[in-house]
Amino acid sequence: MPEITQALIAAADLVASGDSKLLAIIVLSLRVSLGAVFIAALIGLPLGAALAVGRFAGQLPLTVVLNAFMGLPPVVVGLFVYLLLSRAGPLGPLGLLFTPAAMVIAQVVLITPIIAALSRQIVADAWHDYAEQLKSLGAGLTQSIRTLLWDTRFSLVTVLLAGLGRALAEVGAVMIVGGNIDGVTRVMTTTIALETSKGDLPLALALGFILIGLVLALNTGAFLIRQTAQRRHG
Amino acid sequence: MALSLSITRRGLFALIAACSLFVATGVRAEDPYITVASTTSTEQSGLFSHLLPQFTKARGIQVRVVALGTGQALDLARRGDADVVFVHDKAAEQKFLDEGYVVQRHDVMYNDFVLIGPKDDPAKIAGSKDILEALRKIKDSRAAFVSRGDKSGTHAAELRYWKAAGVDLDAAKGPWYRDTGSGMGPALNTAAATGAYILADRGTWLSFKNRRDLHIVVEGDKRLFNQYGVMLVNPAKHPYVKKDAGQAFIDWMISPTGQQVIADYKIDGQQLFFPNAEKP
Amino acid sequence: MAEPRRLLPLQMSEVSYRINGRTLIDRIDLSIRTGTRTVILGPNGAGKSVLMRLAHGLLEPTGGQIRWNVPEARPREQAMVFQRPVMLRRSARANIEYALKLAGVPAGQRAERAMAALARVGLETIAHNPARVLSGGEQQRLALARAWALEPQVLFLDEPTASLDPGAAREVEAIIDAIHAAGTKIVMSTHNLGQARRLADEILYLQAGRIEESTAAAEFFRQPRSAHAAAFIEGELPWR
Repeated sequence: MPEITQALIAAADLVASGDSKLLAIIVLSLRVSLGAVFIAALIGLPLGAALAVGRFAGQLPLTVVLNAFMGLPPVVVGLFVYLLLSRAGPLGPLGLLFTPAAMVIAQVVLITPIIAALSRQIVADAWHDYAEQLKSLGAGLTQSIRTLLWDTRFSLVTVLLAGLGRALAEVGAVMIVGGNIDGVTRVMTTTIALETSKGDLPLALALGFILIGLVLALNTGAFLIRQTAQRRHG
Repeated sequence: MALSLSITRRGLFALIAACSLFVATGVRAEDPYITVASTTSTEQSGLFSHLLPQFTKARGIQVRVVALGTGQALDLARRGDADVVFVHDKAAEQKFLDEGYVVQRHDVMYNDFVLIGPKDDPAKIAGSKDILEALRKIKDSRAAFVSRGDKSGTHAAELRYWKAAGVDLDAAKGPWYRDTGSGMGPALNTAAATGAYILADRGTWLSFKNRRDLHIVVEGDKRLFNQYGVMLVNPAKHPYVKKDAGQAFIDWMISPTGQQVIADYKIDGQQLFFPNAEKP
Repeated sequence: MAEPRRLLPLQMSEVSYRINGRTLIDRIDLSIRTGTRTVILGPNGAGKSVLMRLAHGLLEPTGGQIRWNVPEARPREQAMVFQRPVMLRRSARANIEYALKLAGVPAGQRAERAMAALARVGLETIAHNPARVLSGGEQQRLALARAWALEPQVLFLDEPTASLDPGAAREVEAIIDAIHAAGTKIVMSTHNLGQARRLADEILYLQAGRIEESTAAAEFFRQPRSAHAAAFIEGELPWR
């Protein structure tokens, strides 16, 4: 497999060279995906916690749908958001198509179900232990949700990382709504797709290694923080 | 220890604030820009990265290129998601113009298609100058052939050649004819991996790196001529179209300056595109 | 300052609790009065925990009525400590402040009240330690401090020492005594006869969801009237 060795060397060269264009692409990838995780967390965490704690009509179907939507095909999400944001679509006047904002929106749609479904499970487990105590202290539903989200924060970090990993790795949605415009909406995955189609497989693979390295570094950092914090706070 | 606890909460807010800042720095006042729906051949051949900076320098307008197959690029324009279309399928472009989605069409440049094939040449066509005869031989020998199958300009051209060669594709299709439904690059990757023939535009072929044992088998047939045209999306249909900036781009492309810039673009000393806009 | 309203007596009439076809509490009539330490005694599965949860308002009775001396179904001036306390993932002091916040105590007073509560149970030195890493005994004392900080008129304790070693259990008993001495009505369940002897003023003997005996503690231990209670005392203290 000489290509893989070649790609590893190319990846090391790329990183070592500190190429400003590559850096811009990495920064944009992080900006888009972190932005998407941030918004998806604002929606998904309370939603997941509400599903874990509340008792309301449609709860079961909603839970099933969220679980199923964890596997939404990015291309379908991309197409859906494209039709929404297209000038001929309902949100066309906003002029968001082919901008980083469009990519953020598509990724929010993609990862909100993941964050909601996984946090629902974590909060439900905690709720099992906390329910009587919180009720005894007189906590209402919203107060309980806030308390549970804060108390499960170390586990929820893993949930957010799962969302971030998915967002950073997907190509189908950002390709369609971002358009892979050089210097504007070109992110790591679309660059990899582009270099693959140009037949520059070693460069494509090298970029892939850098992407994997980035995700690995983010996860390691979060894992260590979580470990330390958990040891200290129990 | 009190410190450590509050630091956790404060740390969280600090992290959120830092993230927001990082994400938000991308949101800034935009330079004026237009969106051009174009084809993978112009983008991947490197023409745009040669040409666009010079236009931007001259006119102060950024150009954002969305590179797709010609069919998809026209779709984009039909929905009003681009200001300018720059593609290579004259018949489809003429129809598009007649339907009123664009206001005017200009020839800009041409290059040519080449038939690519494996070194062992199972259809025995290498060196031929007759694309139609070559295609007939491929069909007769049932040699593997990869088609774009994506309604791109190159796909449309391929279908025209089969028809002109008198081959009824629907009847002749078999396992030898591989409809990949993909862009030029991915289709070339497929052909390279399977040792198949494929029709490609010269620009993409020259900049394509994963050739393995593929090479040009047929070139130089006049019928392989590949014309590129540029059109402004009709502002009467789509009010968001940046009419003036889009027109400025078109005017510059067909101006002597723009035409010279196109002619200047070379890979390994080979000129990729030949300007042929009518003198204004 | 106006005289605080009085929560007690708590009246239970014909209270039943059935779930999944099983009757856990069976038509109980009961009056819980102020002043004494009431200990609910009985074998495992007798319904002690369920009875306390009904009284505290965590469970709704499926039959009968529970009435406080005030209009609300679940008045605030009561608290409960569980066998296994749930500690929130924050400092010991913050756990108490959390309870105070839910009880509507103004932000400015919470820190001081929390520290005072910690001092009463001897935990002031670990006020800033994360509650989750405290020992079992410390956690239970913190749970008592958390409940006490609310200055409840009634405190329910469900087997508060069942998960603790004897030393920690003694400390908890001492705190319960102190809470009682400070004027809070204690209602506690246990299956530990020794503890019942040490803490109880009156005994409610529960068997299979029925109250079989409701007597002053001294009398109960001298001569239980119900055969079940007698057998229970025999069984628990086989050396007697």
